[in-house]
Amino acid sequence: MLRISSQNKKILRQLFISTFYISAFTFGGGFVIITFMKSTFVDKLHWIDEKEMLDITALAQSAPGAIAVNAAILVGWKAAGFFGMIIAVLGTILPPMIILSVISIFYSAFASNMYVALVLKGMQAGVAAVIFNVVCGLGKNVLNSKSVLSDTIMVLAFIATYFLKVNVIYIILAAIATGIIKSVFSRKGASEKN
Amino acid sequence: MIYISLFFSFFQIGLFAIGGGYAAMPLIAQQTVEIHKWLTMSQFTDLVTIAEMTPGPIAINAATFVGTRMAGLTGAVSATFGCILPSCLIVSFLSFIYRKYKNASGFASVLSCLRPTVVALILSAGIAILKTAVFKGKADVINACLFVCAFIVLRKFKTNPILVMSLCGAAGLVANLIARMA
Repeated sequence: MLRISSQNKKILRQLFISTFYISAFTFGGGFVIITFMKSTFVDKLHWIDEKEMLDITALAQSAPGAIAVNAAILVGWKAAGFFGMIIAVLGTILPPMIILSVISIFYSAFASNMYVALVLKGMQAGVAAVIFNVVCGLGKNVLNSKSVLSDTIMVLAFIATYFLKVNVIYIILAAIATGIIKSVFSRKGASEKN
Repeated sequence: MIYISLFFSFFQIGLFAIGGGYAAMPLIAQQTVEIHKWLTMSQFTDLVTIAEMTPGPIAINAATFVGTRMAGLTGAVSATFGCILPSCLIVSFLSFIYRKYKNASGFASVLSCLRPTVVALILSAGIAILKTAVFKGKADVINACLFVCAFIVLRKFKTNPILVMSLCGAAGLVANLIARMA
């Protein structure tokens, strides 16, 4: 079962090249990479159909970890089983690993240079703006859902993390627990109505 | 052992970072800055800046950056492996479940509670970064202006974030050099 046929070898090679290429040229996070994956694996290679790609996106998003890595795992399993998963993950993580290793080695020299330090300092203001912009977009979605529970969770989570410095992991676990309780109650409510 | 603590720190980051990208940021800050003191807040902010400029998920970038700085290539590999292992296990399991059942009820409810939480966590991390960028020691007027301009441009024109950041970097350099000459 773990023997790799020549047909599989070809798929694995194609899978590695595709994921490596996508990962190396995708700036700007999970959703961008998913768009690239769709155009490669659905439109070009026809390994996955459109509906399944949507499901892969949802799963990759809801599971813990980086969306790009999660999507690579799902595409890898689908394309070539266990080895496909390994190859797709390697292809996805190697480009950032190579680039960041090089940057980290030169970081000290890089950061102590006055001009570079000034550029980085200005960019920090830009990063803060990018993050606040993301928060505005996401926060608006939450407020637009007009759910009192969601609004309450958002406020409580902010107080817990920012003012009370509660461990982030406990906050996430509390949110998961709330979700489970909510689904139990709504199911109960539905069965009582029937 | 540094390799083991790198592995377990990033294992936790990989395990609890739900929602990708920015959601991982507060977890990374907590593990690398607060608990282990591998980075200062300023170095962490540089890391986020570098991660934004380079391709790849921020958690992988952070794992490689911190791992290389603390323990060389082996450190980078142990941190990155720790970071992706939870994904490999959980997502492979989900892939199996998905093929078997194809619909997960109850899951939507959990997600609906996670989403607002994630927004709050990102906001908190954003404030920490803004403080480093603008109020470090004394108020930095140039950076405060850059932040406001960048925010407006991003919100109004939906400009590419990488372009906005690069322009902030260039504008910061020019403005600071002019300020020093004056």
